Amino acid sequence: MWGNWALFLAVFLACAVEAVEALTIVLAAGIGRGWRSALTGLLAGLLILAVIVAALGPAISAIPLNGLRLVVGALLLIFGLQWLRKAILRASGHKAHHDETLAFQKTLTDAQHATARSGVLVPDWYGFTLAFKGVVLEGLEVVFIALTFGSNQHHVGVAALAALTAVLVVAGVGVAVRSPLSRVPENAMKFVVGVMLTAFGMFWAAEGAGARWPGSDAALLILIPAVGLYAAALVMLLRRRGRSDTDVGDSHGAAGPVEAPA
Amino acid sequence: MTRRLRAFGAFWYGFVVGDDWQVAVGVVVALALTAVTSRAATLPTWWIVAVAVAGLLAVSLRRATRPARRDRPARK
Repeated sequence: MWGNWALFLAVFLACAVEAVEALTIVLAAGIGRGWRSALTGLLAGLLILAVIVAALGPAISAIPLNGLRLVVGALLLIFGLQWLRKAILRASGHKAHHDETLAFQKTLTDAQHATARSGVLVPDWYGFTLAFKGVVLEGLEVVFIALTFGSNQHHVGVAALAALTAVLVVAGVGVAVRSPLSRVPENAMKFVVGVMLTAFGMFWAAEGAGARWPGSDAALLILIPAVGLYAAALVMLLRRRGRSDTDVGDSHGAAGPVEAPA
Repeated sequence: MTRRLRAFGAFWYGFVVGDDWQVAVGVVVALALTAVTSRAATLPTWWIVAVAVAGLLAVSLRRATRPARRDRPARK
């Protein structure tokens, strides 16, 4: 039972984060270039994602469980470590925090200054492409996480429900406030998602490779908080090191690099 | 056509592998080691991935936050 809740929470948070980013892009496309093209781009993007789910869903469920856990677990682990690495760098001040208001302003400015090209079905191709790309690119991560979590836990329905709930909640709030959702604690959510993707990826990939975790599925109850605590310890360590580097930097002009937000 | 294929490949590389390819290679090596050891011995092998992940993450973060060499104070 708790496994279903962990699955729901992981997929819901990951999908909510991606939905917030997609909403920012669609809002900028709609306000900057007109709603008809932006909404057409949004619908076309959702259609492409539905086709990908329809094609990949049955293909993934046809793979034997051990092979699925090894391949998908490895991909999820690499993907999760990427999220966690970025989240730790953000939390420790070595990477700029993702700011929806800033992202919205930049996308809106770009959209307002781009030249217009119209087509038969779409009044403005720039607005269409901007919304379409935003929805497909952010949505691909949602599809990947929902499909891999759902198929590995044999609960594709729970994963799909979590993804749909997240998208509907974000879309509903977005329609209500008609501005980027900058108050959503996106960076903290990304940290939690990074921890969960890494923990689940470790569990499935090791099982797929032939290892047996002590306590079987119950090992996840230890693994998730252990990854979380380790990540938090790394944040503290990097913060402390950042401070001592800054102290050295004050006298020598050196400090740790700050990566641009992604 | 070549440019589009390259862009397609670059997108999937960035999507899955991301900023640090050495993490991806490390994960693959750790899983291969787990698979080989699990078949050869009856000892527990789950810890291989756990230790590898802890090490890979720490090393990757260290690389990402290390000051550039030219910025370091010169040793006397």
